[in-house]
Amino acid sequence: MGNKKEITCIACPIGCSLHVEINGSEITVTGNRCKRGENYAFNEITNPRRTVTSNVKVVGGEFPLASVKTSDAIPKKMLFDLIESLREITLKAPVHIGDTVIKNFRDTGIDVLITREVGKK
Amino acid sequence: MNEIKTDALIIGGGAAGMAAAVEVVERGYRAILIERDESTGGVLNQCIHNGFGLHVFKKELTGPEYAHLFQKQMNQKGVEIHSNVFVLEIDRKNKKVTTMTRSGICEYSTKVLIMCTGARERPFGNLRIPGDRPAGIFTAGVAQKFVNLMNVLPGKKAFVLGSGDIGLIMARRLTLEGMKVMGVAELMPYPGGLARNIVQCLDDFDIPLYLSTSVTKVSGKNRLESITLCEFDRETREAVPFSAREVEVDTLILSVGLIPQNELVEDFVKVDSINRGLTVDNYGRTSEEWIFAAGNNVAVYDLVDFVTLEGKNAGQSASEYIKEGILPKKTVKVARGLNVGVITPLRVCTYGQPFTLFIRPGKSMKKAVVSICGGLKTFVKMAVKPAEMIDITVSSDLLENIRAKGFEEIKVDIEEVE
Amino acid sequence: MDKKKIVVIGAGVIGSAISRELCRYDFDVTLLEKNTEAGMGVTKANSAIVHGGYDDDPQSVRARFCAAGNDMFEGYCTELGVDFKRIGSYVLAFAESEMPYLKELQKKAIVNGIKGCEIHDAATILRREENISDEVCGGFWCPTAGITEPWMLAIASVENAVANGLKVRYEENAIDIKKSEKNGVLSVDGVLTDKNFYEADVVINCAGLYADTIVEMAGTQNIDLHPRKGEYILLDKKLGNLVNTIIFPVPDKKSKGILVVPTIDGGLLIGPTAEDLDRERREETSTTQNGLNQVVEKTMSMVKKIDLSLTVKTFAGLRPETPQKDFVIGLTALKGFINAAAMRSPGLTSAPAISKYISQVLVPESIGENCREKAGFNPVRKKDVRPATLPAEDWEKLVKEDDRYGNIVCLCNKITEMEIIEAVKKGARTVDSVKFRTRASFGRCQGGFCLPKIVEIISRETGLEPEKIRLSENGSEILIGKVRI
Repeated sequence: MGNKKEITCIACPIGCSLHVEINGSEITVTGNRCKRGENYAFNEITNPRRTVTSNVKVVGGEFPLASVKTSDAIPKKMLFDLIESLREITLKAPVHIGDTVIKNFRDTGIDVLITREVGKK
Repeated sequence: MNEIKTDALIIGGGAAGMAAAVEVVERGYRAILIERDESTGGVLNQCIHNGFGLHVFKKELTGPEYAHLFQKQMNQKGVEIHSNVFVLEIDRKNKKVTTMTRSGICEYSTKVLIMCTGARERPFGNLRIPGDRPAGIFTAGVAQKFVNLMNVLPGKKAFVLGSGDIGLIMARRLTLEGMKVMGVAELMPYPGGLARNIVQCLDDFDIPLYLSTSVTKVSGKNRLESITLCEFDRETREAVPFSAREVEVDTLILSVGLIPQNELVEDFVKVDSINRGLTVDNYGRTSEEWIFAAGNNVAVYDLVDFVTLEGKNAGQSASEYIKEGILPKKTVKVARGLNVGVITPLRVCTYGQPFTLFIRPGKSMKKAVVSICGGLKTFVKMAVKPAEMIDITVSSDLLENIRAKGFEEIKVDIEEVE
Repeated sequence: MDKKKIVVIGAGVIGSAISRELCRYDFDVTLLEKNTEAGMGVTKANSAIVHGGYDDDPQSVRARFCAAGNDMFEGYCTELGVDFKRIGSYVLAFAESEMPYLKELQKKAIVNGIKGCEIHDAATILRREENISDEVCGGFWCPTAGITEPWMLAIASVENAVANGLKVRYEENAIDIKKSEKNGVLSVDGVLTDKNFYEADVVINCAGLYADTIVEMAGTQNIDLHPRKGEYILLDKKLGNLVNTIIFPVPDKKSKGILVVPTIDGGLLIGPTAEDLDRERREETSTTQNGLNQVVEKTMSMVKKIDLSLTVKTFAGLRPETPQKDFVIGLTALKGFINAAAMRSPGLTSAPAISKYISQVLVPESIGENCREKAGFNPVRKKDVRPATLPAEDWEKLVKEDDRYGNIVCLCNKITEMEIIEAVKKGARTVDSVKFRTRASFGRCQGGFCLPKIVEIISRETGLEPEKIRLSENGSEILIGKVRI
């Protein structure tokens, strides 16, 4: 009982086509030219992570939104959860690059930070 | 009328302009940067995604963060930023730039001019796609501005035409911010953007990518209601009969190319017809000795890091020009050989300093050799594709070699190898 | 004496011209328009040509009004502050077999009283127009033809009429013409719209593509209208000097042909095709691959250096055509109901002449009395301020008065924030209304830089949320909702 997946490695520009076979807890990767590819495939299958960038609402500012990013890659499955959490947040201007919007999102140890300076209107 | 004298005038406060301006003031000259918008930063202000600065800062930054670093540098080092300034005309003979500002006419006299006017998006009308002209059709940059800077969504259900990075980024952005993206169509048989973006913008969200496909009709009375997709033959580039299918969407996002903007100078400064931008040499100098240029108005780059490097180069050279009043005149032509598309610089002063040659390959190759002057120097490059510009460092040694061997032109070839 | 009430249906170039003329007299005039702005139907999408009038059949209604309209056009545009340029026109023969047609035109021109027309040989033509194809054999030159801005004529006429007492109602659709017998004669009572009822002694039908529907409501002799589609390609101002005059080919049976015509703001327009559609398709302003290909093929055979990579946009317009290929202007069996319909080419040119005829002849005949001139009618509308067209010093004076004249919003056409605010103050609520009034977004980037700013300004000046702002009509909202609420 095996599961097969084809993924493109994005660890470097070559973009090897990786062939991954999943047999229970055993994962086999072929098609990679280097170890980074193997690691990438492994992570993509077991625990894919992404850095997320989005916006939060700001009141009283020169812009209606401040752009934000996660301080590190969060588990991919939490992506839309994070966006939903961002919908609930309203900040008051001014906000500065590096300000923390969410601390330790869902116990991941990862924060959401402001990436745009938004001065008062 | 206000009259201002400066050493350097930089037109355009995007990535290239900011980098150029900083270089000039660092060398002790007066630099005025004029920007037609409210603030500097250019398109970086609306690019809230990651991926900027990997080369220049060894960090992954978002657009606004990247712009902010340069804005801080400009402030710290004393670049004078004049925003809401619109250039009306450039007086080539007297080196004067006439502008309109919120306080009236301002005429700048300068020793050197650096054109960093960037590029504009190819609009829907230019594609001559038949059908209606309803609301709901946007270029990617306009949609991005609405979403990220004005807090408004362009629609409910979108389709993206063009798989360049901008289109892919917007496919993800619209999905994250609450729209449904039905797919991305790409006329070429290969994607236009980076593999990383295909994975993180399309695969992650199960957004299908239709290669060799384009939009052949748009329909909708007041608002877009559907688009017609058609397959295109890879060889003949003609529509495949009976391959048309309709997709119901209320939004069409276009990412179909950037066009360098040089209307202010193209009547008297040389423009390359393939780059569609100003021809520059390795000093960043145009065909006019007092006018330098850098950024997307020279050639459309993939990475802002490259634009920053070009801007820095132009700023440095412009400072040399202010100091010496002149730069070495003799240049040789860069000639396009096999598989070379957009390439810059197009002229090289072989007595100049080392520089970076930026080349957009004409096709995908698993392994390629970039050959300078018919093999005088070669560089091996892996996974070459049109979506990613190749950067080649031309060292002082290579320049000396080219001079010594008496090459009248620098031919650049990209050949596929096993 | 109670003022007679007149309702005009349709604020295109015809209806707006008539409404304005009627405001010279002591009438209570109401203009009804189904769209959000004047001039957005047939008036918006045509070749913008003021025709010489040489080729109209001398027996036709068109011939009566075209040459007269052409004569009046300069004064008309000056009064209204609308641009007009008399650049002349050539009808070109590209084969010897086409040359006799030019002689026919010359004869017709004489009969129609058009002065100054000449036949030129190929050498003369190529001297005056260096980009004409070398295949040219000869051409018919008419010095009185010109170009203008048709939608601005409609908008400006309405504005001037309103200043002179006109009531205008936008987004109102006429749904019935009420009538009853008065003194044994069936006469109009008024116009019922989807929102109101307007009492009327006279109803003037200027409803363009829907004129036949209005006639059906009136119950008078039907007009056999069908839409005729014309597709166009608009090219960048960089090609604006490709030709100096309007270039017509020798026409085919259907239409004046596919032309090359400079636009009033410096661009180049090529088209239109001529495709007859069924009556049901009178909303079909879509372009087609075939149509666009036809435009390209024909114009490239006449004029050199047409560079399609400089396409700004493509569009299609519909003209209301009848089998007789002529205007339908006149009184009807229903007392008070007057037609000014089937305004196909040269409708635009004829507008000023038709408006005089309606107000000075047909309306008095219909109401059975002479019109009383109103004191204080001011025919002049102050031209819109376009700073970018002024000398820089004059522009600067405006900036010193209001610094919003120094904030350029539309970069391609150098349209300032103040111009957009003025348009909104004059009633523009939609993006198209702002665009057509100011020419913002008309340039090569097609709103790539200015659309968000235009939306922002409309929102700020009207209080409308950005997602409520329409491109033109209902259902054309540009944006859907907020990203973050």
